[in-house]
Formats: sequence, C-alpha cells, structure tokens
Amino acid sequence: MAFDSFNEFIAMGGHAPYVWAAWAATAALLVAIVLHARAERRQLLRHLRRRARREQRLGADQGEAARVSHQSGGNRHDT
Amino acid sequence: MWAFINKLRSPKWFYAISERLLPWFWVAAAALILVGSVWGLAFAPADYQQGNSFRIIYVHVPAAFLAQSIFVSMAVCGLVYMVWKIKVADMVAAMVAPLGAAMTFISLFSGAVWGVPTWGTWWMWDARLTSMLILFFLYLGVIALRGAFASRDSASRAASVLAMVGVINIPIIKYSVDWWYTLHQPATFTVTGRVGMPMEMWAPLLIMVLGFYSFFIAVTLMRTRSEILRRESNKRWVRELAGERH
Repeated sequence: MAFDSFNEFIAMGGHAPYVWAAWAATAALLVAIVLHARAERRQLLRHLRRRARREQRLGADQGEAARVSHQSGGNRHDT
Repeated sequence: MWAFINKLRSPKWFYAISERLLPWFWVAAAALILVGSVWGLAFAPADYQQGNSFRIIYVHVPAAFLAQSIFVSMAVCGLVYMVWKIKVADMVAAMVAPLGAAMTFISLFSGAVWGVPTWGTWWMWDARLTSMLILFFLYLGVIALRGAFASRDSASRAASVLAMVGVINIPIIKYSVDWWYTLHQPATFTVTGRVGMPMEMWAPLLIMVLGFYSFFIAVTLMRTRSEILRRESNKRWVRELAGERH
C-alpha cells in the first residue's frame, strides 16, 4: 500500500484534482461505451422481433405478399 | 486455409463464433481493469520525481496504445474490404472508429491533465501531442466520411481509403518522441524489453494495457454483431433468429 490512510489516498499527495479528473473521465467514457453498445443491441433486437411478429400476423391472411412488400422497403402496411 | 477464409467472409459464421468468444473477453476486461486500477492507484509506489500524479499513466498509456492500434486495425479492415470485398471487415471498421476516437480523446485529455503538474502547461505544440491531435481529427474524418454518402458501398470505400492513407500518421506518432524530443517523454515500453521503471510500477500498467485491449475486443465483437443484424436484417437466418426469440 502506497498510502497510510484513506484520506491520504484521496488527497494523492496534493495531486488529487489531476489524478481523479483523468481517472473519472476515463471511467465515465468506458461505462458510456458499454451502455451504448448494450442499448444499441437491445433496440435492434426489439425492432427485429416486432417485425417478425408483424409478419407472422400478416402472413396468416396475406401469405407471401407481406414479405415481398416488406422487402421492397418501408414498414407501411395500409391494409 | 481457403475454407477458413471463406468462413470468415460469412457474417452468419462471425455472428455464431463471436457469441461464444464474447463472455471471455468481457470477463478478462473487467478482471484486468479492476486489478490494474486497484494496484496502480493504491499499491504502486509514488514516482520519486512526479509524486502521485504519475498514476495517470495507468489510463493514459493504455488509451494511447488502443488509439493507435484501433486505427491500424481499421486500415487493415479497409484493405481487406477493398481487396476481397469481405463485408464483415467493413462492419468492424465502421464499429471501431468511434471507439478509436474515444480512446484518442482519453489519451489527450488525461495527458493534458497530467501536463499541468508535470510540465506546468496542459498543451504545447509538441510533436507527440500534435500527431495525436491529428489522429483524433482523422478518426472524426473517417466517421464523417462514412455518414456523407447515400450509398453504403461508396461510404465504405471512401472510409477505407482514408483509413489506409491516414495510417501513415501512426509511425509518425511512434517516432515523434525520438525525432523531435521537445516535451513528451520517450516510450515507457519498448520492443527490445528495456523498461525504465521498477516492476511494481510497470506490472499494473501491463495489466491495464491488456485489460483495455480485452475491452476493445469485447466492445467490437458486440457492436459488430449488432451491425451484422442491421445490415443482414432481410436475410433468412436473421429473420429466423428474430422469430425464435419471442
């Protein structure tokens, strides 16, 4: 242990603002990167699942037509 | 060999294999960064010249290593995409660019904060600092270029070319401290194994570097998996995957 007490650890021998600013910014960015990657994946899966359900519903009465219309782009199903 | 390369071309194969690898890289990243942080912040001895401000090295150096490695990996992906048209390579290149920019920012910010007690200034137009700032702008350029085209293939090719040209900056960053030695200190680690530090100081640094690399691989695998689903969303296997997970 390089420090005798917790207060000394926090004080960083007078360099507290520099050490903690650099470490806090790094930690914040790493956490933000992980949260972003997770949110991105969840959002995408939700979108794909919703589309799959919609196609199943449409598929029941419209058959392949729904799939073809979807592949041609857009989520518009006016019927 | 060719069978292996052909497998690599397949986003579906990449999606399956990365699912198995991903947890290991997350665990490695978390464990290494935790151990390295506690060791570096609380247990490594203070520097006899810089005191405790030297503890910034444990975030500064790993981030700077990654900033450069990510750019090289982006250029390699660009080359692979241009030559063999491997889509996964382009997806990886697209996903790592913001991560590289973030790492470059961390190294610049932590370096500036470190400079105040050490050099008495947060910024100087020193060769190392300037070439890292150029690296940051190159990352922003690659990201902007990718967003500037309506056609995905044009965007991918433009970003690949910029990454391949911009990689020239990497050896300049590396040798800047030797060619124009003005402010920034020379490398802590060298390939020849000369380390200008006692073991209690460099061991946590090495652990942090490995932790940051694991973090980079984990984030890249995870985001590339998302990108595969996004770009291949009309493929049968993605449709089946989405249909299964109710």
